[in-house]
Parts: sequence; structure tokens; C-alpha cells
Amino acid sequence: MEVIMALTVGGMVAGAVYLFLSRQYLRVMFGVILLSNAINVAILTVGRLTTGHAPLIAQGTEVMDQAAANPLPQALILTAIVIGFGLLAFALVLGYRAYQEMGTLDTGAMRVAEPEDTP
Amino acid sequence: MNAWLTAAPILIPMFTAALCMVAWKYPVAQRALSLLGSLTLVIAGGSLLSTVLDQGIQVVQMGSWAAPFGITLVADPLSALMILIAALMGFCVALHALGDIDPVRERGGHHAIFQVLMTGVCGAFVTGDLFNLYVWFEVMLISSFVLLSLGGLREQIDAAIKYVCINMVATACLLLAVALLYGVTGTLNMADLSVRVPAVPSQPVISAIAVLFIIAFGMKAALFPFFFWLPASYHTPSVSVQAIFAGLLTKVGVYALIRVFTLIFTGDTAWTHGILMVMAGITMIVGVLGSLAAHDLNRAWSWQVVAHIGSMVMGLAIATPLALAAAAFYMVHDIVVKTNLFLGAGLVRRMAGGSTDYARLGGLFKSAPWLCLLLFVPLGSLAGFPPLSGFWGKLLLVRAGLDTQHYVMVGLLLLTGLLTIWLVGRVWAEMVWKAPAEPPGDTLSTMPFVRSYAVVMPLLLLSLITVSIGLQPERLLNVAGQVGESLYDTSAYVQAVLGTTPVPQPTQLGALETGTAP
Repeated sequence: MEVIMALTVGGMVAGAVYLFLSRQYLRVMFGVILLSNAINVAILTVGRLTTGHAPLIAQGTEVMDQAAANPLPQALILTAIVIGFGLLAFALVLGYRAYQEMGTLDTGAMRVAEPEDTP
Repeated sequence: MNAWLTAAPILIPMFTAALCMVAWKYPVAQRALSLLGSLTLVIAGGSLLSTVLDQGIQVVQMGSWAAPFGITLVADPLSALMILIAALMGFCVALHALGDIDPVRERGGHHAIFQVLMTGVCGAFVTGDLFNLYVWFEVMLISSFVLLSLGGLREQIDAAIKYVCINMVATACLLLAVALLYGVTGTLNMADLSVRVPAVPSQPVISAIAVLFIIAFGMKAALFPFFFWLPASYHTPSVSVQAIFAGLLTKVGVYALIRVFTLIFTGDTAWTHGILMVMAGITMIVGVLGSLAAHDLNRAWSWQVVAHIGSMVMGLAIATPLALAAAAFYMVHDIVVKTNLFLGAGLVRRMAGGSTDYARLGGLFKSAPWLCLLLFVPLGSLAGFPPLSGFWGKLLLVRAGLDTQHYVMVGLLLLTGLLTIWLVGRVWAEMVWKAPAEPPGDTLSTMPFVRSYAVVMPLLLLSLITVSIGLQPERLLNVAGQVGESLYDTSAYVQAVLGTTPVPQPTQLGALETGTAP
């Protein structure tokens, strides 16, 4: 199972890097979405994969079942999703504003802050 | 009491930001709140630093969960020093913002977002947990996005696009690195990590993760291959925002590098610190050459931010107590000077009619002789003229480099210093001595009385800090010495957080190493 998950993460990261190489802002943003999801899957994978064991302590015992799911990665992923969502919402609005102001989303054509002749 | 003091650097700006948002429709109230909150933060930072120096490292376990399981706040000498200096910069910039921020930006919530930025910066300094470090970086990041694009000029939007792209990739790298480190060690607490990382069976995995951390924090700190976003974006927002960005944001990246590479990744230092050393050397040279090639004051200072990051990382890469102390000293000096330079460049721009291109500058001595005197302090300190703070920072770094026979690095540092003197001479000639291209634009005397004071006072305050560090370096040197010692020997830090002297144990959680999955 770990191998499949690792290959999935690798494939998603590769796709994200491919999208990052684009000059179109929107494609870069799609790459960011893909990368953050790849990382969420990675967190889930490194925190031990289990099936069918809730992280609950059974009645009468004081420690958890060894095979139980690890709840911490899920808390981390939840936080990361919320943060990533906030950043992405801002980034998309920023892209919309940039399109209104400059009429393009081609990052190579945006030379307002750094004109051609600046070092 | 001490617990509240340790949490205060996060709580004070957070509540100030909340109050500023409550007073959204009343800009005057927001100004007063912002100034008051910043002043309170300075007082809290000062008392936290003196507490840490007197009574040792301060630790708070939030919610009373014991160390590796809960959220830990730690104030060691480095954290406390950085919080105090960040609070001072926050106060100066909040004061400057009273005269600098235009009504449009004020209605857009500048004061509230600025306090959120301070929350993120202080949170990153005081946290003792890697995932929380990531969260505070994100708080800092989203507020810096807003501050950068607040005002909505075309060049700001353009700069923000590039800044947003690179920073989102950087935080993704950071999160991935944190996740992988959790996978091999099963903990996120930094003190616990420093015990468990040496016990991980396959150290090459640790080295690979360390490189991911170098990439993630290197992007934040604008180290050599990852610095292009900084000169592209830092000159576009309002002067107050430029100053706080230049002063603090990259240094939070350097702080995180220092924290992680003195506490957690101390095993294969020949590999990790070797990479850092090479990056630091190239950063210094590239930054200073970029600043010489620029023909605009703001851009030149942006490149100088890059150049001096290299000096601090050089201190980290050498990693002796003296070198770490030198890095801390240099960081304090550099934060003060860079904030001051950007505020000064803002004043100069105001006088030159909205541009800092060298072609538009000139004749400043005729129109504002006192301002020239004030600007000479940060310029001289940047160049490292002897009685000012920059001289002592460079001296310490050179000494640390010579002690450990890093002659090439010392040579690069001195070369950078020489080229910086060249830059300062050039800027001085262009700005002060050259005949002006056109009559001066908006001068301070045309501004309302209170506003002009609000704009100039921070420069005076920052210059006073620089001069007093320069004339009395012993006090900061003592603090920096303690910082260096505590970073070199981290057993006190680990013991303060974990409570006992821990025994290294093999990893228990995580699938990468033990494969406990059914």
C-alpha cells in the first residue's frame, strides 16, 4: 500500500512541476493545487496507513490498539488544507485583478515591476 | 506570570489586530491602537529578553500537555533577542505609517494587516514545534501578500504575482519537509526532534530532508539560487511596508535556518553546512554585484538585503559559538539598518518627486542638510565604517572565519564589504553631491506638522540604535555571546522543553522506518 501511495505522490509532484514550468499564471496555480494535495497525501502516508481501526481506546484498557490509525496526520492535513485554501483563494483573486489591470496572465509578458532593462 | 510573558509576543499583536478590525471604519482609532499595541510589544519583548537572560530559557506548554504531545512555546536567548528587535522595528514602522500611509491604503486595513504580520513574525520566533512554525510562516505570508498588493497599483499587482507564486512553492516544500521528518521520527517538537534525529537508523534520509529544509527556508531568506523574487517585488509597496519587509521577513527565514540547523540537523554537518557555506558565499557576491548594477535607490537596497543574508548564513555555516554569536549580532545590526535605509529611501523619493532613479536624485545637501546627516548613519553602518554597528558585526564574522580557517569565505566577506563601500560612495555622490536634475518636489516642510514628525522620528530612533550599538558594543556582544553559547550547546534548550535529560530512543511511529502497518 505504501508503495502505491508513494508512486501516487511522486506522480502528482511531477505533474505539479510540469505545470510550474508554464508561463501562464493559471496553470501555475493548478500546479500549486496539485502540489499541496500531493503533500497532503504524503502526510497521510508517512503517518502510517491503517484500515478499519479508529483511534479510540477500548473500554478497560489504557493504551491504544497498536494497529489503530494515527490521528495526528489527519489534524495536520486538515490545518494544511484550510491554510492552502485561504492562500489559493487570495492567489486566484490576485490573478483576476492582474488580468483586469494588464490584460494578460502570461507572466513573461508582465514587465511592470521589472522593466526589460533593469538588472 | 512568566508563562504569560512568553505568550505575550503572539497575544499582543493578535489582539491589536482584532481591535483594529473592530475599529475598521475609524482610521484615527486604528492608528492609536496600532501605535499602542506596538509599544506594548516593545515593552513585553524587553522584559522577556531580560527574564530569559536572568532566569534561563522560558517554556510554556499550551493547554498543559507535556512536551512532545502539546504545543510548546519556547523563548531562548535568540528568540527573545529577535522578538525585542522585531518589536522595535514594528514600533518604528507603525510610527512612520502615521505619516506615510495614504487614506486608500488605510481604508484597506493597513494597520490591522500590519499587526497580523507582526503576529506571524513573533509566532515564528517563539514556537517550539515545526508544524507551528509552518503555520506562523503562513500567517506571515498571507498578511505579506495583502500588504504587498494593498493600494492596487499595476506594478504592485505584477510584483505580487511573482511573490505569491514563489512563496506558495516554498511553503509547500516546507510542509513536505516537515511531513517527511515526522514520518521518520514520529514527532514534531523541535527539542524532541533533536534527541530523536541522531537515533534514526538511516542517516542519508535525514540528510535528504535537511536539503529540503534548506530549499524551503532558503527561498524565504532569499539565499543564492532562490533570491530573484526579492528585487522584483520589494520596491513596489508603500514605504512602511517596504521597510518592515526588508527588515524582518527574510530574517525570519534566516532565524528558521539557524534554529533548525543548530538544533535538529547537527549530524552530517560536513554535508549540510557545506551546502549552506557555498550558498552564503555566492549570495554575498551576487547580492552586492546586483546592487552595484542597479540604477535606482530602492532596487539597490533590495539587492543589499540579499547580500547581507549571505553574511548571516556564513556565521551559521561556520557554526562555532563565536560564529553563531556573530550571526546573531549581525542579524540585529542588519534588521535595524535595512529598515532605516528603506525608510530613508522613502523620504528621498518624496523629495525627488516620486522616483528614486539615480537620474532624478541630487542636491539633497542643499535642500535638506539635516536629513543627509541622518541618512549617513545607516549608510555608514551598511558600509561598516568603524564606530558604527556594521563594523563590529563584520569584525566578529572575520574573526570567527579566521579561527576556523575559512579563508575563502573571509575573503568573500571582505570583498563584499569593499564593494558595499563603493556602492555607498556612489549613492552618496548621486544623492547628495550631484546637481539636482529638477527643483525638489514635496518637501517635509509642506507636510502637516505632526505627520512630518511621524515620518522622521523613526529614522532618528533607528539611527540612535545603530550609533549606540556602535559606541557601546559590549552590551549587545554579551547578549550575542549568550545566544552563541545556547545555540552551540543545545542541551539546556532540550532539557527546558522536555523537562528531563532524555535518552535517545529508536523511532516508534511512522511507516518509513518501522513499517508497523498491518
